[in-house]
Amino acid sequence: MSARIPPGTFAAAALIARKDLAIEFRTRSAFLAALVFALLAIVIFYFAWDATAVSAIDLAPGVLWVIFTFSGLLGLHRSFGVEEADRAIDALLASPIEREAVFLGKAFANLVFVLGVQALAIPAVALFYNLPLTRVLGPLIAIAVLAAIGLVSIGTLFSAMTANTRLSELLLPVLALPFFVPVVLPAAQSTARLLAGRPVSEAMSWLRILIAFDIVFVVACALAFPFTLED
Amino acid sequence: MTGSPSARERRGSDWLLPVAILALIATFVRAIYFTPPEAKQGAAQKIFYVHVPSAFIGLYVAFGIVAVAGGLYLWLRDERLDRIAASAAEVGVVFMTVVLVTGPMWGKPIWGTWWTWDARLTLTLFIWFVFVGYLILRGAIEDPAVRARYSAVLGVLGALLVPFIHLSVYLFRTLHPMPIILKPGTPSLPGNMLTTFLMSLISLLLLFVALVRARYRLAETLDALEDEDMAESPVASLRAESVR
Repeated sequence: MSARIPPGTFAAAALIARKDLAIEFRTRSAFLAALVFALLAIVIFYFAWDATAVSAIDLAPGVLWVIFTFSGLLGLHRSFGVEEADRAIDALLASPIEREAVFLGKAFANLVFVLGVQALAIPAVALFYNLPLTRVLGPLIAIAVLAAIGLVSIGTLFSAMTANTRLSELLLPVLALPFFVPVVLPAAQSTARLLAGRPVSEAMSWLRILIAFDIVFVVACALAFPFTLED
Repeated sequence: MTGSPSARERRGSDWLLPVAILALIATFVRAIYFTPPEAKQGAAQKIFYVHVPSAFIGLYVAFGIVAVAGGLYLWLRDERLDRIAASAAEVGVVFMTVVLVTGPMWGKPIWGTWWTWDARLTLTLFIWFVFVGYLILRGAIEDPAVRARYSAVLGVLGALLVPFIHLSVYLFRTLHPMPIILKPGTPSLPGNMLTTFLMSLISLLLLFVALVRARYRLAETLDALEDEDMAESPVASLRAESVR
């Protein structure tokens, strides 16, 4: 066996992401579960509201981003839960890879997961709520990507923290949801502006919050992540 | 038990708590009987003397201590810092709860509604949630070192979160009165009321410090107990658990 040079941060992150995505792609269990959850929630939300009192176009942005949050949490919980089985996390930590790279790889895999759910959930919302999707598609994708980055950076860190605690599947949402407020609120508000036919410039102040949140929390979570692993 | 009997002797009795309670009673007597009622709001305005100082202590002092002690813990790894953060968080939740209870009691007669999704109210509510999540996290981890690290991370991130929640909820219009004491220029509160307010702030701060100190001592004792009979006495570990 030849001695291998440890990969650089981004190469290592790519390896981790590929590993997680390969597991997910071969089992598809979490993705399907999250997707079905999202579809069910879309339908239930519609029935829970009186469609004659609240028009679908007013309801849709909130529904969209609330579902986005909860289906994201389903995937995020699994992110480190999968490493707990057989103590796979120990092997990951023993490998000559920087901790920040583990975070970035995990976060990237989660980002793909969340965006994958979104890619199917957004058209489903548009279909069921009869939204003029094509008109706002470009900006909406930008919002979805920005929101997903913020959600995933917080979620990945908290997933690592809660994976080996008691109550992990309950603790993750309790910790993460307050942190999702500055993600979900701007995303829902800017989506509502766009769907109402307002220009993108009107949603800019919301989008700026999203962008600032992403920058601050991607950095902060990557820096904080090593503290959640060391032993 | 490493040096804990001497530590307990060194402490002496807890005189701070009675002092704080006495100061608080004196303040309330002054606020109720010797401070004139506000012209428009009448008696309801008296809640001000509890609500505002508690908010100041819960939102700024307690949250600040949790974040700073957490950040320092990650750097210095001193378990005393973790105890300080835990104590401040626990007492902070109490003060924040007082804010969230007295707020609606004041809002109902003055605004005509118990609750409104105004920027400050929403911010306070979400910080309360972060605080409570912090305590739940502590309760869910058994290893003291892991518990300290995780809660420190959460404390620091919580401090980063505050400006973002503030910004995003601020874009909704605000109904809450703007600060009348901590603002540029002179406070717009009449002198008599300002004195009562400052008395109230000081006595509530005293109470905060006394409670944090009492909680800190409890944590110290519990840690000593835990060290003492790590394996044996199930009673001690049960007690330690119930407090976290």
